[in-house]
Amino acid sequence: MSVVQKGGAAVASASRRQFLKAGLAGGAVAAASTVAGGALAAGDPLITEIQDWNRYPGDGVDAFPYGKPSQFESEVVRRNVPWLTSDSISSINFTPLHELDGIITPNGLCFERHHAGIAVVDPQQHRLMINGLVDTPLVFTMADLMRFPRENRVYFLECAANSGMEWRGSQLNGCQFTHGMVHCVMYTGVPLKYLLEEAGVKTSAKWIMPEGADASAMTRSIPLEKALEDCLVAFKMNGEALRPEQGYPLRLVVPGWEGNMWIKWLRRIEVGDEPWHQREETSKYTDLLANGKARRFTWVMDVKSVITNPSPQAPIKYKRGRTVLTGLAWSGNGTIKRVDVTLDGGRNWVTARLDGPSLSKSLHRFYYEFDWDGSELFLQSRAIDEAGFVQPTKDELRAARGDNSIYHNNGIQTWHVNPDGVIENVEIS
Amino acid sequence: PSHGVFHLGRPATEDEVAAWDIDIRPDGAGLPEGRGTVAQGETLFADQCASCHGDFGEAVGRWPVLAGGQGTLMNERPEKTVGSFWPYLSTVYDYIRRAMPFGNARSLSDDDVYALTAYVLYLNDIVTEEDFELSKENFTSIRLPNEDNFIDDDRLSEPHYAANIEPCMKDCKPGKAEITKHAAVLDVTPDSVDDEENT
Repeated sequence: MSVVQKGGAAVASASRRQFLKAGLAGGAVAAASTVAGGALAAGDPLITEIQDWNRYPGDGVDAFPYGKPSQFESEVVRRNVPWLTSDSISSINFTPLHELDGIITPNGLCFERHHAGIAVVDPQQHRLMINGLVDTPLVFTMADLMRFPRENRVYFLECAANSGMEWRGSQLNGCQFTHGMVHCVMYTGVPLKYLLEEAGVKTSAKWIMPEGADASAMTRSIPLEKALEDCLVAFKMNGEALRPEQGYPLRLVVPGWEGNMWIKWLRRIEVGDEPWHQREETSKYTDLLANGKARRFTWVMDVKSVITNPSPQAPIKYKRGRTVLTGLAWSGNGTIKRVDVTLDGGRNWVTARLDGPSLSKSLHRFYYEFDWDGSELFLQSRAIDEAGFVQPTKDELRAARGDNSIYHNNGIQTWHVNPDGVIENVEIS
Repeated sequence: PSHGVFHLGRPATEDEVAAWDIDIRPDGAGLPEGRGTVAQGETLFADQCASCHGDFGEAVGRWPVLAGGQGTLMNERPEKTVGSFWPYLSTVYDYIRRAMPFGNARSLSDDDVYALTAYVLYLNDIVTEEDFELSKENFTSIRLPNEDNFIDDDRLSEPHYAANIEPCMKDCKPGKAEITKHAAVLDVTPDSVDDEENT
């Protein structure tokens, strides 16, 4: 087991097993603190002795034409859970929410979901076709698309299956794994309505079907009303070109709706008068209920939140005192109006502080600062969106749907903090 | 400049639309000319599909199960297959032609896909004769058993959705919280990045 240097302190990396080990090795931790305390009598050598970075110059400006995070942030990466899927080509990985702050996800950390791997598409060779119930079926090059008026919008993208492994109870130990199929970036793109108007939508049209250029040729049916309302055909994320794993050179943005509909490597949009009932809206992305019926077209991602820190991968490393609790809240229905936080498992709640931009259908950042007395905590957050919807408990969801919906689990998450600061994903009475 | 407001893009040719527009709807719109039998499908399936989906659609390892599971949708562990869950046969044809075999998509002929679709019906006991032939002409006469069990999104009818209910803030539940489920007991979470590198 190697050790990662963070903030000048030697800290074991944050896995549950390692924290159990750390708990067993409590004596060694105490001894180390004593040494540090003794050193302070003469002064901290990190201050009293000249350090290498203070003596020798570092790399020049040509060393990193495209910069990377500090080497000391090597744990801040997307993670896979290999047993979830049969292989890594049609699979999922997770955004490290516990290490991030603010509302914008760095491009290189945005979770990935592919059904036939990452397509490599040369933008010079990419084409977007619009066909079906239109006056003139059209073909656009990327150069054509760059000549339409553009918009910049910040939106969250959440996989319909985010938290899906938790329907039957606590399973994965960390918000990266339980809630990390979400990211939030600023997209630059062309309103889809401009492209549809260019082709001339016939009056009989009611649906569109975007299609990807990858080997899964992903397809979904979307009502025309949504397409004309706020969908974008995006080519930039956070100011730069889409990452290949996010659909380079072109993806659909479907604000507030389940991530599966945000077709990547977008190559075609068909206009029609009925939904197509494609595999991804029949076999998948339909929600089986306890009575054997299945909901289809469950598009909107409902009001949801999670405390990202402290959390199982981000334990509390001090014994007591001033503590910053932070997390994310979002809703496909618009902005977040309020987030409440409880330290005692829902007996008593306080309203958290929202900070940063509050943008419709984007992530919102909340904080709650408090003095931890070192006793065990049951942390939960509960978001309320501008439509007035209150984030439900998992039990409320199960009472309405059963255990086999797979998708759309927006239930309240509980973290148990024990007196050592070790944190676990639990469910409580 | 024959179209639109911005006069961007160019008209698509018929051949271009035909090359990309391969989707099929439940009413049969989009079905190509062609045909294939269960027996032909069985041979193709053995060559192209069985290494992942199993000889009888029962699946190898964690690959998708294609057949069986009828009557399990209300079970604790439902088995959702073409026969037990899928609403429309059009989706089977469309998806095989669009995305299968995994790793070699778009390699099957239209007749191949009719034959494989017929074989999937046979694996699910929806047709029972090996000489059954599926074609553009008889395609929409086949209905899948679970078609009527899909309902449009009605989440708003759930009790917790009652909008603008002010939630409880103080003394909301009696007693102290007790843990009912632990993630750590399962111990299925990957260890840290460092651990992966060292194993």
